[in-house]
Amino acid sequence: MTTTQDDARPQPAPAVAGVRTLVVDARREVAEDTVELTLRRPDGARLPDWAPGAHLDLVLPDGRSRQYSLCGDRWDAHTYRIAVRREAQGRGGSVYLHDEAQIGDRLEFAGPRNNFRMTPAPRVLLIAGGIGITPMLPMLHQAIALELDWRLAYLGRSRASLPYLDELEALGDRVTVHAKDVDGRADLDSFRPDDPAVQVYACGPERMLDAVEAWAPALGHAPRMERFAARADDRPRTPFEVVAARSGVATPVGADETIVAALRRVGVDVITSCAQGVCGTCETNVLEGTPDHRDSVLDERSRDEGACLLPCVSRCLDRRLVLDL
Amino acid sequence: MTPTTATAVPTSDVDPFSPEFLEDPWPFVTALRETAPVVHLPRHDVYAIGRYEDVHCALTDWQSLQSSAGVGLANFHHEKPWRPPSVLLEADPPRHDAPRYVLQEILSPRRLRALEERWRADARVLVDAVLERGTTFDAVTELAEAFPLRVFPDAVGLGPDGRENLLPYGDFAFNAFGPQEGLVAKAQAGIGPTIAWIGEQCRRENLAPEGFGAEIWASADRGDITPEQAPLMVRSLLTAGVDTTVTGIAAVVHAVSTTPGAWERLRAQPALLPRAFEEAVRLQSPVQTFFRTTRVPTTIARITLEPDRKVLMFLGAANRDPRRWDRPDAFDLDRDPSGHVGFGMGIHQCVGQHVARLEATAVLGALLERVAEIAPAGRVRHHPNNTLRGFESVPVTVTLDRA
Repeated sequence: MTTTQDDARPQPAPAVAGVRTLVVDARREVAEDTVELTLRRPDGARLPDWAPGAHLDLVLPDGRSRQYSLCGDRWDAHTYRIAVRREAQGRGGSVYLHDEAQIGDRLEFAGPRNNFRMTPAPRVLLIAGGIGITPMLPMLHQAIALELDWRLAYLGRSRASLPYLDELEALGDRVTVHAKDVDGRADLDSFRPDDPAVQVYACGPERMLDAVEAWAPALGHAPRMERFAARADDRPRTPFEVVAARSGVATPVGADETIVAALRRVGVDVITSCAQGVCGTCETNVLEGTPDHRDSVLDERSRDEGACLLPCVSRCLDRRLVLDL
Repeated sequence: MTPTTATAVPTSDVDPFSPEFLEDPWPFVTALRETAPVVHLPRHDVYAIGRYEDVHCALTDWQSLQSSAGVGLANFHHEKPWRPPSVLLEADPPRHDAPRYVLQEILSPRRLRALEERWRADARVLVDAVLERGTTFDAVTELAEAFPLRVFPDAVGLGPDGRENLLPYGDFAFNAFGPQEGLVAKAQAGIGPTIAWIGEQCRRENLAPEGFGAEIWASADRGDITPEQAPLMVRSLLTAGVDTTVTGIAAVVHAVSTTPGAWERLRAQPALLPRAFEEAVRLQSPVQTFFRTTRVPTTIARITLEPDRKVLMFLGAANRDPRRWDRPDAFDLDRDPSGHVGFGMGIHQCVGQHVARLEATAVLGALLERVAEIAPAGRVRHHPNNTLRGFESVPVTVTLDRA
């Protein structure tokens, strides 16, 4: 049986997306100094797909870019959720999102991408330190959905500083919480599994990750971990020139258009498919210029090499980008 | 607007797997697409969609429209699949994640670049040999089948024997997305040994130490996938990696040989080759149909379907939807075919699409270097298949470039 419904479905993304924008849809305190932001597209359209472990690059209004793990539910294709701890001594991104970003404000985004994928292991230990819980939330829900044998060790300096503590403790004795103010200094090695079949995932402060990484010989496999290394990540959306070397054509790329759109304007053909930086169809070799990667597919090595980019979403950090087109 | 019942959805007695339909699907799918956004086909109790926007939405909305209940007519909730389900095509997140990610990396444009030189050289050797034999030939057997069979099994790492099983297996698997009678029943008697051969090739010890197959197994060693998933992923390559590209290459040769001025244009602007292939895939849609199954109440073009309903997506109809494409039935080298759904869209989009593009542009590029003119040389015959718009024969005659 079928029924007719009045509200139309969201439209597919336009064939050529311009600026990729998110709107702050909701704000919520989830721990001391930690705010959760719910983000959506201004037109409510579907967002690019992601899997547990993925993070989003948010480009702040001044052009600084920051990475945040997605901690929401991917069965909701229309919103992203992140949680941000206020780092007064940080580089300013968290302070901006805490103190200035209001509901309705717009932020540019890149990705999402994933350097912290889950593997199909039947037994899982998740180790989260403080705000490092964010990538673990979708992992944990996935482990539950797949009926895996999972454990979560959740460590922090105080209970009040641990985001999502109530909902996690409600999951029962598979969750171990260790707050330094109550329980004293944690003996991380006490969490090390004896069974080599347990896949370990960890996200948290560097010192914690170093300790978990040292388990590798005893575990017989490398624990998987997410380290958000500080990297040169200023990415102002400035105009630049793109040169199609083989076609012998050059054209400026405006601040609000894609490389693909600029090239099409001057008759250079770039076939795209998803136009979202996901499918890889438009991958193009870079001959000169530093790419500003905004896609979801290239891994860290390919990004650092800078030898190719996805012109449907990515841009250039220099004044001039020469492509093998 | 008040909700209405199923009577709001028109029905059609069209059978999308009948011989008449498969012989020439275009009048049927056009009529279905223009009748209504959603049409119920009582013959198989499925809901057909063919408008670009709706098909695009259905392909990307994996949350509502699942693949794990089968992407053919059979509903795996109620019917036993004919083989263990694919860990890619017939899987949903989260189980779909790891196999998809692993195969997507192995078949990424960056990794394929290592094959590009060799494939282009191979294509030249093949084209030289074909033209040596004569200037009138069947583009299906001589190019469209010959080239993928020359390069793809080697790239996977198959041994030299038994490769003649690849095309029949693909043909059978794509037929098996349709009903069990008709084409499937006809092939059933003889297909056993072919299925067994395919299964054997997926085992680690039967694959060369280098190649897509070995890389899949190496991913299992790293724990990125399980050892149980590895052979099924190799099987996916062998199922979906041959007949589809054969059809795609045949489609582009057919298009360029029958469209006045197209070959001349490509000769003058070889940079248009990728567009030519993409436009041919849009126009012919080698994969004509796939199904999804509603997981939750799902609204398509204001029609809400109950859970556990089969939705038939006409990719070919969407690729010729006049709401999306100007002069949709024309092969047009001035068109930007970007966004066609011939490779699907979303998380299940053809993982081998970059392989297909490389194969097609290699063989067509080699032909472009040697051939000044190409023209049809006889009747084009299609190969009936429940899913693929295959070609049996595309006879062409060519004039060699004397330069």
